[in-house]
Amino acid sequence: MSQIFPRSANAIAKSSLAVVPVVVLLLGWVVYTLMYSSWATKQNEVVEQPIQFSHAHHAGGEGFDCRYCHTSVEQSAFAGIPPTKTCMNCHSQIWTNAPMLEPVRASLRDNKPLEWTRVNDLPDFVYFSHKIHIHQGVGCATCHGRVDKMPLMVQAAPLLMGWCLDCHRAPEKYLRPRDEVFNMAYEAPANQLELGRQLKAEYHVASVEHLTSCSVCHR
Amino acid sequence: MNLSDIRNRLAGLEGRAYWRSLEELADTPAFNEYLHREFPANATEFTDPAGRRQFLKLMGASLALAGVSACTRQPEEKLVPYVQQPENVVPGRPLFFATAMPIGGRGMPLLAENHMGRPTKLEGNPDHPASLGATDVLAQASVLTLYDPDRSRTILYRGEVKTWASFTSALPLALGPLRTTGGAGLRLLTEPISSPSLLDQIDTLLAAFPQAKWHQWDPVYGAVQGGAPAAEALYRFDRADVVVTLDADVLTFGPAAVRYTKDFSSRRRIGTPQDELNRLYAIEPVATLTGANADHRLAVKAREVYGIAAALASAVGLSGVTGASASGEAAKFVAAVADDLKAHRGTSVVVAGDTQPAAVHAIARAINDALGNTGATVTYAAPLVASPLDGGASLAELVKDMQAGSVDVLLIIGSNPVFTAPADLDFKSALDKVKTRIHLGLYYDETAEQCHWHVPEAHYLESWGDVRAFDGTVSLIQPLIAPLYDGRAAIEVIASANGVGGQSTMDLVKAYWTRAFSGQTKTAWTLHDRQGRAFPTVDQFWRHALHDGFVASTSWLAGTAAAPATPAGTLPTAAPATASATGIEIIFRPDPYLLDGRNANNGWLQELPRPLSKVTWDNVAYISANTADRYHVPIWRDGNGEQPLMEIKYQGRSVTLPVWVLPGTADDVVVVILGGGREKSGRVGTGVGHNVFGLRTSNALWFDGGADLTPTGKGYYISSTQNHFLMEGRHPVRVVDAEEYRRTPAVVAELGREVPKPEDSLYPVHEYKGHRWGMAIDLNACTGCGTCIVACVAENNIAVVGKMQVAKTREMHWLRVDTYFEGDPASPSGVYHQPVPCQQCENAPCEVVCPVAATSHSDEGLNDMVYNRCVGTRYCSNNCPYKVRRFNFFLYSDFSTPELWAQRNPDVTIRSRGVMEKCTYCVQRINLARIDAKTEERPIRDGEIKTACEQVCPADAIVFGDLNDPASRVVKLKAQQRNYGLLEDLGTRPRTSYLAKVKNPNPALG
Repeated sequence: MSQIFPRSANAIAKSSLAVVPVVVLLLGWVVYTLMYSSWATKQNEVVEQPIQFSHAHHAGGEGFDCRYCHTSVEQSAFAGIPPTKTCMNCHSQIWTNAPMLEPVRASLRDNKPLEWTRVNDLPDFVYFSHKIHIHQGVGCATCHGRVDKMPLMVQAAPLLMGWCLDCHRAPEKYLRPRDEVFNMAYEAPANQLELGRQLKAEYHVASVEHLTSCSVCHR
Repeated sequence: MNLSDIRNRLAGLEGRAYWRSLEELADTPAFNEYLHREFPANATEFTDPAGRRQFLKLMGASLALAGVSACTRQPEEKLVPYVQQPENVVPGRPLFFATAMPIGGRGMPLLAENHMGRPTKLEGNPDHPASLGATDVLAQASVLTLYDPDRSRTILYRGEVKTWASFTSALPLALGPLRTTGGAGLRLLTEPISSPSLLDQIDTLLAAFPQAKWHQWDPVYGAVQGGAPAAEALYRFDRADVVVTLDADVLTFGPAAVRYTKDFSSRRRIGTPQDELNRLYAIEPVATLTGANADHRLAVKAREVYGIAAALASAVGLSGVTGASASGEAAKFVAAVADDLKAHRGTSVVVAGDTQPAAVHAIARAINDALGNTGATVTYAAPLVASPLDGGASLAELVKDMQAGSVDVLLIIGSNPVFTAPADLDFKSALDKVKTRIHLGLYYDETAEQCHWHVPEAHYLESWGDVRAFDGTVSLIQPLIAPLYDGRAAIEVIASANGVGGQSTMDLVKAYWTRAFSGQTKTAWTLHDRQGRAFPTVDQFWRHALHDGFVASTSWLAGTAAAPATPAGTLPTAAPATASATGIEIIFRPDPYLLDGRNANNGWLQELPRPLSKVTWDNVAYISANTADRYHVPIWRDGNGEQPLMEIKYQGRSVTLPVWVLPGTADDVVVVILGGGREKSGRVGTGVGHNVFGLRTSNALWFDGGADLTPTGKGYYISSTQNHFLMEGRHPVRVVDAEEYRRTPAVVAELGREVPKPEDSLYPVHEYKGHRWGMAIDLNACTGCGTCIVACVAENNIAVVGKMQVAKTREMHWLRVDTYFEGDPASPSGVYHQPVPCQQCENAPCEVVCPVAATSHSDEGLNDMVYNRCVGTRYCSNNCPYKVRRFNFFLYSDFSTPELWAQRNPDVTIRSRGVMEKCTYCVQRINLARIDAKTEERPIRDGEIKTACEQVCPADAIVFGDLNDPASRVVKLKAQQRNYGLLEDLGTRPRTSYLAKVKNPNPALG
């Protein structure tokens, strides 16, 4: 009876001892990289919107306060998306015939809401509250980035749980005085940790033990 | 093992012995096998023949896929803002509006939670005297009916889709020819109505057609036997030391039960051992929750209640009472009750039930008059509803006219008589002789099918209206949402007949109250605010009444208005006659949740375990253990087996029903539960249970003798949760007598086993620096009504699983109410209820076994459950001694019916398949209150956070709060010597604790 395997099979068998773990590790690395990649998190991704609304122009150039449009940010979990009426407060006076703004005018005319695509979208099992974060001195730009420099809105942070916990485990790294919360251009001072600890005490920010309890965000 | 064996065994036991079901009491080998399996039969087996090899393949594949699924991208979501944002709306925060639910002609006052235009949850109106913040089961579940995708959506004329305009133009055409005869051929059939604006429209209609007749049929709230009582009674149980019920289920039946439970329980929630309790005697044929809460209960046939009432009247010193009959045990009972009543003149009350004839009501009233209770603990008033009171007689008259061919136009508002009319009337064939039949209803039901016109009715959350609560208080009903399915309110249909159909429901209702304000209505109204001030303008009145939800000056209970006077009561001259006074007695009772079947398409109600029997998804016939023994049918199920089917014959008609031996049912009585067997209901309710209306006749709407039972030898599976999550006799409930507790308050602690100290644990004792949440449940206040369960379902998006899944112990309710019986199976000496949510143990056995840390402790002591981390090993559930964890074996949550999406609470995750879930102490409410308190820079107030079960509880039995706040209510309750933890000898240190039941027996009855 002749041999089933040729002699060269030995080499294959031996080299597979080394190749198989490498392939497995490689696959693991691919999955891991994908998981944290901006492809999966949608970080810095520009999304198609009904109108190419520019935060850079409105918040940056014109200097609108965030709360002019996002009215419920201090009262509710949800910051609020402005109703068409808010856009028309100005655009019934200026750029009244701009073709770019036709969807806004159509919305008011037909009483049909604009449908925006969500940019900063947390999973549905996460219950984030703008109200408490604003109150405790977390700046808008801390999570949303320099919105005033974004011609088109992108998600500035990965919004992964590890990213949330980075602050929940050490809020002093990011806290700022309450009156600077809506200031886009705020720069953290050199003594941020010292200031952060001071603000943490002053604002009665909850303990790390509380901030890392599951039910604070998940329910 | 038979009944006498059990009795011998019970006699040999020392101390109190409690049992949840007859199966547990019988302790058969089959039952033990069922009990001792790790999971109930067939709960875990693979039904398809998968071998080890295939299993490994599937496991490998699913592991690999699980890894890959972690890096999928989230689906795109849309943000849809308003075009013009309504006033007061803060996106992400609910608004609350006062409204009321009409049921049986009475109103259940509510506050509706509205999330950006979607009503999601209903709470009681805390300022309204008929609610005081609580609601009943039906109100909680009604929000699901609002979104029911099976509700009727189009106006139909002979099966063809029509418009409202075509209906409003056809209606005058049909009524026109009747004007020449003064409307002799016009008939109106409604349910009981107390709505002032609707009554005004009906008055206008009847004035235009003076020969027309108005009939009433509601098989539950509008049906009386032996005549309607001359006066309506309004009880003040908070003032009564001694309460005697004569076949009256005051703690659960009808919308008044909420306030009655509040008042009754206020006399049971004792603070110290020295506090006085009230005492409740129940005389009844059917095991009800009122009887279960009684200190003494006498089970008699329904037809014997009159005799006992008469005997009681004689014993308290009334003369001229005829037909008294009480012998043996009943005589002793009556004598003791009479002595107790005489010792509590002016602080006692005798209550007659709605299912008893007028004669029994007259006797109860005479006793209350004689004892000086009238005016103190009870007020008699003229009936609140204006529709005919005796529904059976009214319907019989209508059928006679229909048979004679003298009805040309029949307008049916809301009722479903084709399904629910008494069998002897043959309503369906009589209906065929009516030339024009118009039906208004929520569903295209059995009656709609037989009518020419069908108009979909607007749900009460979709239309304007008004209704009066049981104490006369006028409540305004305001819509929370525009009609989802193009429904129309009753007032719109009647207004169309009156030629004013073009108006909106708001205009119609407001027009009435505008006239009422200037005194131009038939009923003279005094309209004042809560401080007794008159309103300057009608607009101010309207806004005020809408905001409050009611008009304070119309309440008889709040003391600002007097109940309308009623002639003095007179004693009946003779005992009421029943068709047959011999043989087995047949008793009809509405299903407590489905009623006559009108709620059959509501999955929450179908799956809610019925009180005492814990039957779900079916209607049964209740008999006593002695009756079952006599007919040689099995008293308990063998393991998880079937219930016997018996043929019930009455007046030549018969129905085959599964019988259920319910401890407490009178002997030689069969209690037939209505509400099953709907033929045209919807995807949930059609064909569930058995139709028993074939047995109900117009002269015996509630009870009669002369029935016959025949065992068929066949079986039928009933999904009852009675044996689910058993505690296996480890003293879960603690019961003491008031006298004993007063003498030695430590007796409650002695009833349990030794409790290990916190320091004995291997785990270090944790110090809680902030809040430490906890709950106390007063078993003495709890009546076992189950409203907490359905409130929890509504608040926490809990899925309905269906009959076969319930059979496998897979019901998803986070909160269950365990019922324990004590004593003889035929006549239990006590019935106790214990709501069991997650106990939020300090040393939680579930936490340590989770391999993925999906359940862990929060810094405020909550036992958190993280759905997105759970991989479904179910180790936690296995290790939980309380069995309060629920697993999604399948995709139970309905993700595919868009109508139901709008009902869900946006603050709670909707769980998917393969995930464990459990009570969270309503953590969404805790978080909301914490954030609000924090931003307002103040501590959380005690009572600011109410869990859904606490908020709805009519008995105020559940109290939630901060254990670190020494002034909180929960801390004070836990300091009582009645306080104990469930299975605390296991060292779990539950933070939900119970206050022991304290009974107040009459020493004269031993």
